[in-house]
Amino acid sequence: MSKGLPETRTDTAMSELVPEPRPKPAVPMKPVSINSNLLGYIGIDTIIEQMRKKTMKTGFDFNIMVVGQSGLGKSTLVNTLFKSQVSRKASSWNREEKIPKTVEIKAIGHVIEEGGVKMKLTVIDTPGFGDQINNENCWEPIEKYINEQYEKFLKEEVNIARKKRIPDTRVHCCLYFISPTGHSLRPLDLEFMKHLSKVVNIIPVIAKADTMTLEEKSEFKQRVRKELEVNGIEFYPQKEFDEDLEDKTENDKIRQESMPFAVVGSDKEYQVNGKRVLGRKTPWGIIEVENLNHCEFALLRDFVIRTHLQDLKEVTHNIHYETYRAKRLNDNGGLPPGEGLLGTVLPPVPATPCPTAE
Amino acid sequence: MDKEYVGFAALPNQLHRKSVKKGFDFTLMVAGESGLGKSTLINSLFLTNLYEDRQVPEASARLTQTLTIERRGVEIEEGGIKVKLTLVDTPGFGDSVDCSDCWLPVVHFIEEQFEQYLRDESGLNRKNIQDSRVHCCLYFISPFGRGLRPLDVAFLRAVHEKVNIIPVIGKADALMPKETQALKQKIREQLKEEEINIYQFPECDSDEDEDFKRQDAEMKGSIPFAVVGSCEVVRDGGTRPVRGRRYSWGTVEVENPHHCDFLNLRRMLVQTHLQDLKEVTHDLLYEGYRARCLQSLARPGARDRASRSKLSRQSATEIPLPMLPLAETEKLIREKDEELRRMQEMLEKMQAQMQQSQAQGEQSDAL
Repeated sequence: MSKGLPETRTDTAMSELVPEPRPKPAVPMKPVSINSNLLGYIGIDTIIEQMRKKTMKTGFDFNIMVVGQSGLGKSTLVNTLFKSQVSRKASSWNREEKIPKTVEIKAIGHVIEEGGVKMKLTVIDTPGFGDQINNENCWEPIEKYINEQYEKFLKEEVNIARKKRIPDTRVHCCLYFISPTGHSLRPLDLEFMKHLSKVVNIIPVIAKADTMTLEEKSEFKQRVRKELEVNGIEFYPQKEFDEDLEDKTENDKIRQESMPFAVVGSDKEYQVNGKRVLGRKTPWGIIEVENLNHCEFALLRDFVIRTHLQDLKEVTHNIHYETYRAKRLNDNGGLPPGEGLLGTVLPPVPATPCPTAE
Repeated sequence: MDKEYVGFAALPNQLHRKSVKKGFDFTLMVAGESGLGKSTLINSLFLTNLYEDRQVPEASARLTQTLTIERRGVEIEEGGIKVKLTLVDTPGFGDSVDCSDCWLPVVHFIEEQFEQYLRDESGLNRKNIQDSRVHCCLYFISPFGRGLRPLDVAFLRAVHEKVNIIPVIGKADALMPKETQALKQKIREQLKEEEINIYQFPECDSDEDEDFKRQDAEMKGSIPFAVVGSCEVVRDGGTRPVRGRRYSWGTVEVENPHHCDFLNLRRMLVQTHLQDLKEVTHDLLYEGYRARCLQSLARPGARDRASRSKLSRQSATEIPLPMLPLAETEKLIREKDEELRRMQEMLEKMQAQMQQSQAQGEQSDAL
C-alpha cells in the first residue's frame, strides 16, 4: 500500500477504510519549511488525488443513529438528509402500528452513490424510545448496542489474521431529537445525553422546528445550550477534541450559535417561485426545508455530510473506540477480550516493550 | 287587556336576571404535557394574562418534581355578566422519566371537590355553597405524536367518568391540513377503542334552522379541536391586526377557521355550552359519585355500580373511592346499630342454649 511516501503531519487517512491513529514521532520532527529552492516539480501533491481515487474505488461506511420520541420526524429527516428513502417511516396512520413496549434497535443499510463515490449508509432507528409511561433506563438498549459494535470491531482487530477491511458497524453519529416545547429540555433528554455523550458523538437537533417563531427559536436554543452546559453534557463537536486554533474557532461558532440545529424535514415537493422545493404546505404559507430563513436543515446537512463527516468517523475511532478498548483491556488485566478467538490462546499484549519470553 | 295572558312566559327573563345578578362560576382544568401551549391558549380564550409571571422550571429541576395542582382565579365581565373563572393547572404532568401513576393526584383532586360538595349539600347551611367542582377538563394532545400516547390513554381512562373531557390538539400549526385530519381521525378511533367517554355535545333541537344545524355538525366533526393560541397581535402592514403567530413563511391567524379550530373551541366552550357543562357535571358526574359514595356507606365493603347508564361501566384504572368521613350523629347511629345486632346475636345464642338444655332435660326424664 505504501509507496515509500512519508506520512505528512496533516494526517489524513491513507486508506479511507480505517483511519489510523496519529503516529507518535519517535524523533521530534524539525519544523517543516517550504523549500523554495526546489529544482523541479516532485509531484508530492498528487497524493491527494491518489487518495481520492482510492476512496472512490473502495467507498466508505457511515453509520448514523436517530433517537427520539415517536412522531418527531426522525425518518423523514434522514430521508431528506440523504435525499433518498433510506428510512422507512413508521406508517403514521396505520392502525396496526403499535408502540413497541421496549426500545428496539433497527439497523437498515443502503448504498448511495454520488459523483462516483459510494457510501454504505446504515441508519439505526430506535423505535419505542421515550414513548412509554415509565421510561426509566430506556437508553440502556441503545448504550448496549453501541458497545456491542465496539466489541465487534475490537474482536476483529485482535485477530491474528485480520480482514483487509474490517467492517465498521460502529455508530459514528447519533442525532438526538429534542421536542420543540419551547420551554427547556425534558428530564429524559438530559438523562439520555448524560449517559450517551461519553460513548458516542451526539448531535442534538430540535425537531419540527416549524412550530416556533424566530424569537422562540433563539430563546429555546439558548436555554438548551445553557442546560447542556450546566449539566456537563458535551455534544459533538466536543470542545476537548478541537485540534488547533482553526478547528476551535470554527467549532466554537457552531457550538455557540448554530447548535442545536432547528430543523424541518419533508419528502414532498411544492412549487415556489417557479422552482420545485422540498417543503410543507400550510394554509398560511409554504415552509421550505432548504431555505435558511425558514429552518436550519441546510446547516445540519452541510455540517454532518459536507464538512464533518470524516471527523465524525475519526472521533469515533480515535476517541470513543479507543476509550472502550482501553477499558476492555484493563478489565481483562491487559489481555485482549475473549478467549480462543480462533481456537488458540493469544499472547498477552505487552504494556511496555519487553522481549517475548516464549 | 288580554284575559288569557297569565304571564309566566316571562319566567326565562326572571331566571336570566337572577343568574346575572348571582353571577356564574366555572372551574376549568387544563391537563397535558408541558410545552403544548396550554397557558397561551387559556390566555387567548379568555383574553387574560393569567400566566404572566410563571416560571418554567429547568429540566434538571423537573427530574424529581411530582405533579402539583395549582388554582388560579379570575373574574371576567362581559355585557354585564360576571363570570368567576377558576383555572386548575397540572404542572409536572407527563414530565418525568417515570410517569407511572402521575395522574392520581389529579383524580384525587377532582374527587375531593365532589366530596366537599357532598358534605356541603348534606350540611345544615346550604345557602352559600361554593361550587368548586371541576366542570370541564381540556386535555391537550401532542401534535407530534401519532395519536394518543400510552400516558394520554392512562390519564383519560382515570378521569373520564369524573369530569367532562374535551380533547384538544395543541400547537396545531405544526401540522399540514391533511396531517391534522389524519391525526384527528386516529384519535377518534383510539378513543372509541379504549372506550373513553369524552364530553358529548347535546343534539340540536329539531326546530333549529339548517344553518345552525350545519354549524353544529361541523363543530362536532372537528373534535378533537386542533388549536393554536397567541397573546400577540400581528400587524402585517396593510391588513388589519390579528391575533397570531408570525413565521418567516406566513402568519397563522388564531381566529381564522381555515387555520385552526380556535373559534370553534371558544364558541363551544364559552358561548354555547358553558351552562351545559355545569349541568352535566352536576346531574351526571356528581350524582354518580354521590350514589357510589352513599351506597358504599350503606353496605360497607360492597362496591356497587351506579344506576346511571353512562357510569355503569367500570374503568380499568378505577381506584377505591374515598369513604365519606361520617358526621358525629351518623357514627353514633352506626354504633347503636352494631350494639343492637350484638345483643340480638347473644339473645339467639341464649335461646338456642335453652332449647338444647330443655331437650336434654326431656331426654334424661324419659330415661
